[in-house]
Amino acid sequence: MNIRETIDKLKKPFNKGEKWERFAPAFNAFDTFLYVPNHTTKHGAHIRDAVDLKRTMITVIIALLPALFYGIYNTGFQYYSQLDIEYNIIDLFIHGSAKIVPMIAVSYIVGLAIEFAFAVFRGHEINEGYLVTGLLIPMIMPVDIPLWMVGLSVAFAVIIGKEAFGGTGMNILNPALTARAFAFFAYPTYMSGNEVWVSEASNIDGISGETILGVLASGESSLNYEPLQMFMGSIPGSIAETSTLMVLIGAFILIYTGVGSWRIMVSGVIGAAIMGLLFNLWGANELMSFNWINHMLVGGFAFGVVFMATDPVSAAQTVKGKWIYGLLIGVFCILIRVFNPAYPEGVMLAILLMNVFAPTIDHYVIEANIKKRKKRGIKTAVNIA
Amino acid sequence: MSNDIRIKNGLTINLKGAAKNIVKKAPYPKSVSLNPSNFHLIIPKMVVKVGEKVNVGDVIFYSKKDERIKFCSPVDGIIKEIVRGEKRKIIEILIDADNKKKIEPSIIEFEKLNPDEIKNIILNSGCWPFIKQRPYDIIANPSDKPKSIFISSFNSAPISADFQIILQDQKEEFKMGLQVLSKLIDGEINICIQKDVSTFINDIKGIKVHSVSGPHPSGNVGVQIHHINPINSGEKIWTVGPEDVAILGRFFLTGIYKPIRTIAVSGAPVKNPQYYKTIAGSELYEIINDAGIDSNDSLRIINGDVLTGNKVEPDNYLGFYNNTVSVLREGNQYRMFGWVPFINNVVPSIYKTSFSWLFPNKKYDLDTNLNGEERAFVVTGEMERVFPMDIYPMQLIKECMAENIDKMESLGIYEVAPEDFSLIDYSSSSKIEAQYIIRKGLDLMIKEVG
Repeated sequence: MNIRETIDKLKKPFNKGEKWERFAPAFNAFDTFLYVPNHTTKHGAHIRDAVDLKRTMITVIIALLPALFYGIYNTGFQYYSQLDIEYNIIDLFIHGSAKIVPMIAVSYIVGLAIEFAFAVFRGHEINEGYLVTGLLIPMIMPVDIPLWMVGLSVAFAVIIGKEAFGGTGMNILNPALTARAFAFFAYPTYMSGNEVWVSEASNIDGISGETILGVLASGESSLNYEPLQMFMGSIPGSIAETSTLMVLIGAFILIYTGVGSWRIMVSGVIGAAIMGLLFNLWGANELMSFNWINHMLVGGFAFGVVFMATDPVSAAQTVKGKWIYGLLIGVFCILIRVFNPAYPEGVMLAILLMNVFAPTIDHYVIEANIKKRKKRGIKTAVNIA
Repeated sequence: MSNDIRIKNGLTINLKGAAKNIVKKAPYPKSVSLNPSNFHLIIPKMVVKVGEKVNVGDVIFYSKKDERIKFCSPVDGIIKEIVRGEKRKIIEILIDADNKKKIEPSIIEFEKLNPDEIKNIILNSGCWPFIKQRPYDIIANPSDKPKSIFISSFNSAPISADFQIILQDQKEEFKMGLQVLSKLIDGEINICIQKDVSTFINDIKGIKVHSVSGPHPSGNVGVQIHHINPINSGEKIWTVGPEDVAILGRFFLTGIYKPIRTIAVSGAPVKNPQYYKTIAGSELYEIINDAGIDSNDSLRIINGDVLTGNKVEPDNYLGFYNNTVSVLREGNQYRMFGWVPFINNVVPSIYKTSFSWLFPNKKYDLDTNLNGEERAFVVTGEMERVFPMDIYPMQLIKECMAENIDKMESLGIYEVAPEDFSLIDYSSSSKIEAQYIIRKGLDLMIKEVG
């Protein structure tokens, strides 16, 4: 008996009218993971593109992997490089994996359990969006955050941030950032300061590590990092945000495959560059005079613009809207960094803020289109008269 | 005068099995069908009964809403059956064809007639259903005064019929049809031709020729209208298919209603993809058999092109309007891990998530698999990539689903037809049935606004 027949046999109790019919979405999620189903076109076009949401989401995950692997490496590197012991690259990965893999596991288990429950309860198929969200959430957390906080943040993001609005495709805020914002405001001591960014920093006296933006925000000008280091990513920070290089590889994958919006990424960079340059000219404090290029290399800016701002559901949906939306994210990110000492990193709040305004931006873009059409109608009517 | 229009957003889908430039005369059909479902929203009122003898051009039924719109027999014969469905709804009228009798052709003088008189001749000839209107993509209302008539002289849909081949021996009829149509409106008739393709249409006087370039849907008449003379609220534009113009012209040249259809039988499973000359509504069986298909495979036969046509069974009949009959393999099989990017390269994608983009000229043998399951709207921007109009397609689709008439109107529902959304059907990663939604939206507009 081949695998397909085995699945069909197992699936029988889940079919219409059978006893486990309600749980069909849960079974289908596994079934369609193994096999693209045998569904054929019913109405409309008789042929269809190879792309579906599974493929789109997996492409995003592939784009995330370089940053994730670097994050695992960097977690180990930040830890070992401050201890006076010998280490090799395998030690770094072992330490990093021991920290990060459980976080990913918790994120997927909690998130998918809630998704499955809602799918069964509402009787719809399970959407693949959480495959990306579930990986993003641990990637943007500080490495030492307790696992139960990860779980709680995930639950908050999925239930309040997504399902309360009607599920995948309906949410206003980016779910992964909702999880981070929840943790940030609920457990600030675990999410900011100078003892959370390097593994075990709060337990071992020999280890400390503040993020570059944290250092600058406290008014110190002595930076121990070269721009190349910032670019490569061997600096303290949230797990996967540190390496601009790895994020750029991800961005390349997203843009090349056409899955991520290059417009948002480009306009985000333009917005940040404009603000950075303006503040460089002003130069009233350390953060203002911090080189505008370096602004884009440190903190979560690159990661946020490439992987968070481009979430199609919470971003602006029109082409023009995407340009405006991305530009404002860049502008607000630097603005919050410079003007709000309580939040040294502004990209999370900038993106969440623009998530809220994205429908408004789209509204005005579409209104312009509607007005154009109305005007054309009036013009023709006048000509005829 | 020639105006250039360049369509940028769209998609060329390279499929195997395009019809070769061979036109074969199909045997005279043993029976033909008139299928009211070909005429959207027309409720038939029967004139004939089963067993009655009819001649070519005799009225079979007319529209219940507008008795002037008549549907006529394409053959001499006997009414074999009136197939009815639920609530006695008429599904199909089958006519057994006799051998054709000779009728002496007589030219119809129309030069001196006024537009209403010409309209009456067309209405009584059975040719009126060939004239369709935008908005709504339905048979035109004879009382309307359209601002223009548009004809798209080329198809851009994959493996669809080439009108250059179809019209090559119907040039005189086509020209005559144009002359008749131009009497119905004040301005010139607009015809769109494919850029850089030399055609006899360029030499026809008294019409406005626009050359259009770019990928599908550049051949869709709605897209062309949008770029040349967009429809505003309250305006009407009439559209006629190229071979339909020739049918109309033939009637005025001979006085005989003779709806000749040259159809391209195409698709990868077809052994000899080529053209057949037959009568609209003919049996498909003999034509498809002659073209040759592998009967072992489970196949889908489509009246129309692969993006917009209707599924039919092999023993069914040719539709009233379509010039293409497409054959595809059914895709009712599972594909293990078929969703993994860069693994399965047999299906092309607008996303570069398979290696299909490396071979831009490769021709594909696509089946009817949905390649996924329907999901919520997630990805944005993909609809705009294949929709070359200054209209927001996703927003329009959403308003159609919400049945918000005001918003549908202001977002441009009058300018679109379901066929313009066929590539959105094709490329949607959430497998949204855009054509179906837009058709329902248009029907709602007809009901509420009229």
